[in-house]
Formats: sequence, structure tokens, C-alpha cells
Amino acid sequence: MISYIVKRLLQGLLTVWFIATATFFAMHNVPGDPLLNDRAVSDAIRANLESKYGLDQPLGTQYLIYLKNLSQGDFGISFTQENREVNDIIREHFPVSAILGILAVVFAATGGILFGALTAIYRNRLPDFIIMILVILGISVPSFVIAAMSQLALVSFNSLVGVTVIPVAGWGTIFHMLTPALVLGLGTMAYLTRLMRSSMLEVVGSDYIRTAKSKGIPAPRIFTRHQIRNAILPVVTVLGPSIASITTGGFVVELVFAIPGLGRYFVQAVQQLDYTVIMGTTVFYGAFLVFMVILVDILYGLVDPRVRLEK
Amino acid sequence: MSSLSPADFERISNSSEKENISRPSLSYWADAWIRLKANKRALLSLYLIVALLLFTIVGPLIWTIDPALQDLDQISQPPGSNRLALIIDDYEPWTGLSSSSENGLRLAESATTMAVRLVWDVLPNASGHRVYRNIFPVGEERAYGIPLAEYFDNSTQFFEDRLDLKPRRYFYSIVSLGENGELQDEYQSIAVDLQRVTTMSEARAKGLILPNSELTTGDSINLNLHPLGTDYLGRDMLSRLMEGARVSLFIGIGAPSLFILFGIIYGSFAGFMGGKIDQFLMRFADFVVALPFLLFMILFKIAFGIGPGESGVFPMLVALVVLMWPGTARLVRGQILQIREQGYIGASQLLGARTNYLIFRHMLPNTLGVVLVTITFAIPSAIFIEAFLSFIGMGVAPPTPSWGAMSNEGIKNMLTSPHELLLPAILISITVLAFNLLGDGLRDAFDARLRNQE
Repeated sequence: MISYIVKRLLQGLLTVWFIATATFFAMHNVPGDPLLNDRAVSDAIRANLESKYGLDQPLGTQYLIYLKNLSQGDFGISFTQENREVNDIIREHFPVSAILGILAVVFAATGGILFGALTAIYRNRLPDFIIMILVILGISVPSFVIAAMSQLALVSFNSLVGVTVIPVAGWGTIFHMLTPALVLGLGTMAYLTRLMRSSMLEVVGSDYIRTAKSKGIPAPRIFTRHQIRNAILPVVTVLGPSIASITTGGFVVELVFAIPGLGRYFVQAVQQLDYTVIMGTTVFYGAFLVFMVILVDILYGLVDPRVRLEK
Repeated sequence: MSSLSPADFERISNSSEKENISRPSLSYWADAWIRLKANKRALLSLYLIVALLLFTIVGPLIWTIDPALQDLDQISQPPGSNRLALIIDDYEPWTGLSSSSENGLRLAESATTMAVRLVWDVLPNASGHRVYRNIFPVGEERAYGIPLAEYFDNSTQFFEDRLDLKPRRYFYSIVSLGENGELQDEYQSIAVDLQRVTTMSEARAKGLILPNSELTTGDSINLNLHPLGTDYLGRDMLSRLMEGARVSLFIGIGAPSLFILFGIIYGSFAGFMGGKIDQFLMRFADFVVALPFLLFMILFKIAFGIGPGESGVFPMLVALVVLMWPGTARLVRGQILQIREQGYIGASQLLGARTNYLIFRHMLPNTLGVVLVTITFAIPSAIFIEAFLSFIGMGVAPPTPSWGAMSNEGIKNMLTSPHELLLPAILISITVLAFNLLGDGLRDAFDARLRNQE
């Protein structure tokens, strides 16, 4: 088990290196010049700036400096906001995105597992139809539409009650987080519901459930101990990639709900061509996702002892 | 009794066909097609997709209005709105004369989209007046709207509004000003319904009336038809949706076809070669999978650099292909590895089949079912990604319409004209839904094991 974890972590490091390299060379190909502001810069100042940011070095040297700084966890200084380190920006804005993402994953996972199990148990009956219609909506309606509609609904709800129960946008309290997290998790929840449903249907018809029934085990106990536990496995497998799609999907939600997260900051940095922030954010996100997937894989091994990790 | 002829004693043939109890053999594809036809949902979504393609390809041939043309008489008009316009005389300057005999804030003459002429009496204790216009009634919170004019003495008691008038209801207010020009509590407000008007010369210039037409002042004419309304710049929604469908479906179908083709080549090569090469190729695919997807889409997009006047469709296509092929490659490789061990491959080899024959006759056709399913699921996700990126302003560049870009523009005036957001959003949803349902149907049709689960 330990050798497996070590191996996965090394693989992860290699992946992060690949992401960093790809980011570096993609950014290097961007037309334009990071120092090309609307301010006119004299040649002397330009040369000074270039040497400050190391832009007068050959490409290979720049790459090595970049890797060296990266290995020390230093993403550099923002080009557009003087005296602001990329690390500060990430430290400030990433927790917001992370809380939002975690809440969304929690929503998606609990909702998906619960609804999926319900639809399988009430197969072809009313609860099944209602949930499946909602699932189809969740899969096919773009999240920005759902976000806008939920804002509209919140406005009318708040004006009906007379006080702002749940804020429409912004960030701060737990009430600010609920709606964006729900909207963010909805697509994944729909996907997980479908997955859980088919996996649950398979479990419900299997021999060991019949055996358990014939032994006289009460239905709730069969549900929690046998059905859910076995049906949950495929859901856990896709949870890693889901976390990735949720964090990147956060861009739109952060934009619509005016949440000061890293995604919104990234879009802003791209618009301003803030090179170091773009590169830093990309590498940071990439590393985060890689290690989340590894974490989920290790958890999977704990949930399902049958998975041979040494493979 | 009927007579028997010698023919009745002919010996009937005794072929073995009668004993044959097998049905005609079905090919893999024919079998899948029969199952797909039995699936009503999949069939319905197939019709939907055909209808969408017709809308995209044939639509612009029938509805030939230029999607970039602005109809400034009809801005943000919802579908099916009244498009009658009264022809009136050309505009003449106004000196504040009024025939109205009422008191307070009133109209000097009937309000039209050409001009709204207001007259009023001096409000109590007023040293001047400020004129406001709003599209909502002035409530308790005293939301007067936008200020239009200010007079610091009581000599002027009229105002003519010609600012961006739409055929709708406006609420005009005058508020009394104090000696130093400060706002006082006293105000009057009226609701004004504007009638859409046009002049002869304008109508002629826009081609709304023919040169030899007998229409004169006082008649009504119909403005240009916009079946699905117009957007905030007065562009025809229907033709923009068709044009946007071309962009969205081009990316949605083009990108998956390309990256799946690449994935097939890559995956089958890896699967067929096996060993070290396979491991190396698949490790590389793992790396590409690990790239944070949306961030790299944006990175690639800026790395390409969109010049002025370019739509940015091509960079998006390339970025999608570069980032999305590994999924297919993995899938095809897995299939090839599985098929390689099948009995019929061995049998074919035993009969002397060459490698090329094995690949093209047996292996690839047998992976095609899985690949087709992947394509149908990849299309909605590509359409979603395009819509996502265009929505956050990182997709196709305006004025090129795509459904995502149109939603992005529509969300800004969602409250006043919801159709600008809803129409493209509904089209995105229908398309994604249709491809998803078709994908489900295809998967069930090709994969017998999964058939009984829905």
C-alpha cells in the first residue's frame, strides 16, 4: 500500500512537471509582449524591466529559472499589479474557490447517491420519473442559465419574504455559498444520479441481495449495508474527475454570482495578459487536480478492498 | 367428389430448406439499427437532430436576412410583437406651444417614438424643475429614473424628449428644485404610452414602402418581420440563431470528429504495438488528461492570438482536439487489446489473414460501435464547452454569433427582454439533450449487456 502511494505521488510530480512545461511553452507562444502596456516605455526602462523579470535571458535559461522557482513554490510577481506576488493572490482567492468546490462536491455526491438509490428502488414509479426529469434538465441546461434563473428566483423569494434571506450574489456568510454551490454541483449531481441508478439496479437484482432477504434481514439494513455500499463504488471512481470538472466549472458560477474566487481572477488575468498570474494559476490548479485524483484513488482502495492497488 | 388429376400425384420436392429453423442472419449494424428503432426516445432525438441540422443548413437559405443587419426601429423586441407603425409628417421643431387645457404635467400632443412633448405648471415652492424618465412607476422609494433636463427658473415649462424612444410605456416625472438647485419633495408623474411612428422619407429609405405606393401620412405600415424578435442591437434573432447554430454545431460536431479520428489512430496503434511503445504512448495520454481543461482551452486560445476580424472558431477547434483526444485513444486501445484475444481473430489468422486485413476487416469495424457512442456523447460536451467559453467571453469573438455568445449578450438584459437569453439557451439545451438521448440509445443498441437496465 505504501509503495503504491509513493509510486502514485511520484507519478503525480511528473505530471505536474508536464503541466508546468506545457504552460510555459504555451504562454511563450502568446503573441504580444507582457511589457507592452499603454504607457510608452523608453529603451532603458525596458531593458531594466526585462532584466528584472529575466526576459533578456535565452529561452532555455528562462525555463530553468522558472522550474527552479517553481520547485521552491515561488510563482513570481504579478505583471499588472506591482508588488503583488502570485502566491499572495492564490492564497487569498483559492480558499474561496476551494470552499465553493468542496460544498458543490458534497452536494453533488450526497444528492447523486441519494437520488440515484431512490430512483432504483422506486423504479418506473412516480419518484423515479420526477427525479429522472430533473436529471435530464440538469444534464442539458447550461449552468449559466441555471445560475441566472436561480438568481431571479432568489430575488422574487427575497422580495416575497421582505428581507434578504439568501443573498443573490457576493461572498461572506454560509448563505452566500449555498446557491452557487448548488448550481455548481447540479450537473455533476445529475451525472452521478444516473450512474448510481444503473449501478443500484444491478445490485438490486443480484444474488446476495436475495440471500440477505431470505435470511430475514430487515429492508433498511439491506439498503444501507448491502445495496448502497456495493452500488456506491462506481460513483467513487468518477468522483476524482468530477472534482476536476467542478473546480473548472466554477469559473462561470464565480462570474455570475460575483464571487471573488481564483477562477474569476484567472479570467481577469487572461484579459490583462498578466503572464505570471496565468502561469501560476494554471500550474497550481493542475497540481491541485492531480493530487485530488490521486487522493480519490487511494480512498477507493480503502472503500473497496477488492481493488488490487499493486496493479 | 372432385376429380383428382395426375398432377396431384406428382412427387413434391423434398428440399432441406423446410427443416431450416434459423432466421436470416443479421449483421452487427443491422441488429443495432433494429434495436435503435425500437427505442422511442432515441428515435425521437434522432428526428430532433435531423431537424436541427435542417435548421442550420437549409434555414439560412429560406430566411435570408443578414444576421448582422441592425433594425434600429425594433430593438429588443420579443417574438411576435406588434410591428405596426403610423406614417406621420416629418419632424418640425417645437416652441413649447400647447393646446392642452389640463393642469399639471401633461402631454402637449400624442406621444410618438419620434418625440414626446411635455408641458407642466409650476410646482408649489419650485424655483426650477428637473425632468425624469423611467420604465417603472415611481414608487415609494422615489425612483424617478434617468434625468433628462434641468431648468433653474420657472420660465421654461415644457420639454421635448427625443432620446432613444421605444414603443412602450414610460413614466415621466417632474421634480421641483429649490433655490440652489437642490431636489425637493414635490413631484408629479404621468404614464405615457408611445406609438411607433415613421415618416414617409424614412420608410422609403428603408424600403418599407415601394416608390409608387399610394400610402400617405396617417396610414399604417408593417415594419420588417422578425419572427423570433430582435436582440439589443436590433439584429434579427432567427437569422442569428441560425448563424449561431452553424458555429456551435461546427465546433460541436467538427471537433469531436477530428479528435476521435486522432484517438482511433493513436489508440489502435498503441494497442496493436503493445509493450514499451504502448506504455509510453499511454503515459503521454495520461499527462494530457491531467491538464486542467478549461484553463488550457483559454491558454491555447490566447496563444493562438485572434486578430481583428477573426471569429476565433479555428483556435477553439484546435484546442478542443489537442485536449480531448486521450479519452478516445484509451477507449480504442482497450477495445483493440480485448479484440486481439478474441477467437475469431485467431481463426482469421489461422486462415492466413494478413495484419492489414485483420486491422481493417476485424478490429476497427468492431470498435466502431463504441466509437460512435463516444462521438454522440462528445458532441454535447463540445457544444457545452463552446457555450461555456463564449459565455465567459473567452470563446468566439463578437460579432460572430454562437449560442453561447448570444446567451452571454442576452443575460445582460435578462429582466427586460428575456427572449434574448432564453432562445439560445433553449436551443443549447435541446441539442445537448437530443445528442445525449441518442447516445444512450446507441449505447443500449450496441452493448447488449447494458440493454436491460433502463
